[in-house]
Amino acid sequence: MKKNITKVLLNLLCIVLAIIIVAPLAWILLNSFKTNKELFKDSLAFPEVWQFANYVKAWNLGLYKYFGNSLFVSVLSLCGILASSSFLAYGLTRFRAKGSNIIFIIVLGGMALSEQVALVPLYKILRTLKIYDTYWAVILPYIAFRIPFTVFLMRAYFISIPVELEEAAVVDGYNSLQIFVKIILPISKPIFASCAIVNLNFVWNEFLFANVFLNNKALQTIPIGLMTFKGDLKVDYTTTLAGLMIASAPLIILFICMSRQFVRGLTSGAVKG
Amino acid sequence: MVLFFVYIPVLMNIGYSFFRLSSYSASATFVGVDNYRRFFSDSVLPIMLRNNIAYCIISLIVQVGFGTVMALILESSAIAERMKGFFRNLYYIPALISLTAVGLMFTFIYEPNLGFINSLLKSLGMSTYGWLGDAKMAIYCIIAMSQWQFTGYITLLMVVAFQNVPQDYLEAAAIDGAGPIRRAISIMLPQAKEQLLVCTIITVIGAFKLYTEVYATTGGGPGNNSQVLGLFLYQQAFLHDDLGMAAVTGVFIFVITVTLSIIQIRVTRSGQQ
Repeated sequence: MKKNITKVLLNLLCIVLAIIIVAPLAWILLNSFKTNKELFKDSLAFPEVWQFANYVKAWNLGLYKYFGNSLFVSVLSLCGILASSSFLAYGLTRFRAKGSNIIFIIVLGGMALSEQVALVPLYKILRTLKIYDTYWAVILPYIAFRIPFTVFLMRAYFISIPVELEEAAVVDGYNSLQIFVKIILPISKPIFASCAIVNLNFVWNEFLFANVFLNNKALQTIPIGLMTFKGDLKVDYTTTLAGLMIASAPLIILFICMSRQFVRGLTSGAVKG
Repeated sequence: MVLFFVYIPVLMNIGYSFFRLSSYSASATFVGVDNYRRFFSDSVLPIMLRNNIAYCIISLIVQVGFGTVMALILESSAIAERMKGFFRNLYYIPALISLTAVGLMFTFIYEPNLGFINSLLKSLGMSTYGWLGDAKMAIYCIIAMSQWQFTGYITLLMVVAFQNVPQDYLEAAAIDGAGPIRRAISIMLPQAKEQLLVCTIITVIGAFKLYTEVYATTGGGPGNNSQVLGLFLYQQAFLHDDLGMAAVTGVFIFVITVTLSIIQIRVTRSGQQ
């Protein structure tokens, strides 16, 4: 009996928490389908007619351009992050070269350093390199700043792969690169999925660097676009809300589709030291 | 690459903190510790420290503390197997939305006239508040928003760690007569200690590099009441063109985060022996 009460209470707690998480989002979603007049009258009511036009308007008002920029920057950064991190992590777990410990410490130490501390000097460096205000001004720092955490996640996964698999491949005459591509990559799909989501989440939503290093409106990414957007639209609240929804949807949808892989990748390799 | 874009800028930042610099010219005048004197006598510093520390402490309690408890509940037998994944993924969704979008969403939610919270309070016949416009409340509104966004993130990370706890340990304990709470405290938590450490470090560092949340909601206002170190750095550098002062702020953030991380690692290590 007592056990059942605890069970009900715990389930209730989970449901209440779920409501707290969903309610603000539901309110935003609801109001993004209203006219401004309806919003001002009663923000809790349902819209009389669902205004899908808000979404079309937000998209055409320039959101599509920010969206494209974000997509371009995200894809390139993600490829860079995954490629360099996986090579580095694999090397660190398999080759006992001199200095590999130092490399490991340098890489992991990078996790503790925040973007702000590097902001001003990076700004100067990017200007000197003449890549300030180009896509590269954000892509390169993104890759560099995300390598530490990604290596950290991947290393733990690679350690859990039995070495015997590779020894067999060596007997078959594979070289290191072939082993990596033909054996390690296929069984590492889950960790790649996890790292892809974690990093996409960062890159797609990054604000500080994008705000400072991209000045040209034609290059700006979605988070900056949203701020500009709000400034341009002023009192057209519902269109802004629709814009917020468009900007947030891709990652949520992607996560829902990949959530199983995501959790599996993290579980099989999570922090084991 | 990590060295070039992460470490070198951090070192350069320390150098910059002794100069008077502008972002538009290459000239630099050596001013010794003048920037540091100005920084430590700035009247906004105590406010920023209070805000960052409040953010840090509340986040540790809610995100790491409560988030871990939620992870334990989600991994317990109280929640039906097929609901576990559902709740876990649902709680994670806010973490996928960009800080800018969440910030803009919550400016609407906190909006005094038509916002979600005040509309809700009004319909329940209760008195309404100014929220973000209120000098005393503003920073706590921002903190609350962050708890909403990131508690589920920590929950997910902890769930992953708990899933890695060997089942036979738990079964053995159950045979010895240990109840669910006892099992959680003496087996699951110690087994997941490393992950807990990572979560704590992420949260603490996050608290001191806080920037976008404040930028997108109050911009540090009203007055300077919700000012934080990260935003102050940005404003000094790119609004007041005082790169030296920004660099000092960067050094300050750097020292705080690195010191706190080292302390946490030490504390956990000493607990192990």
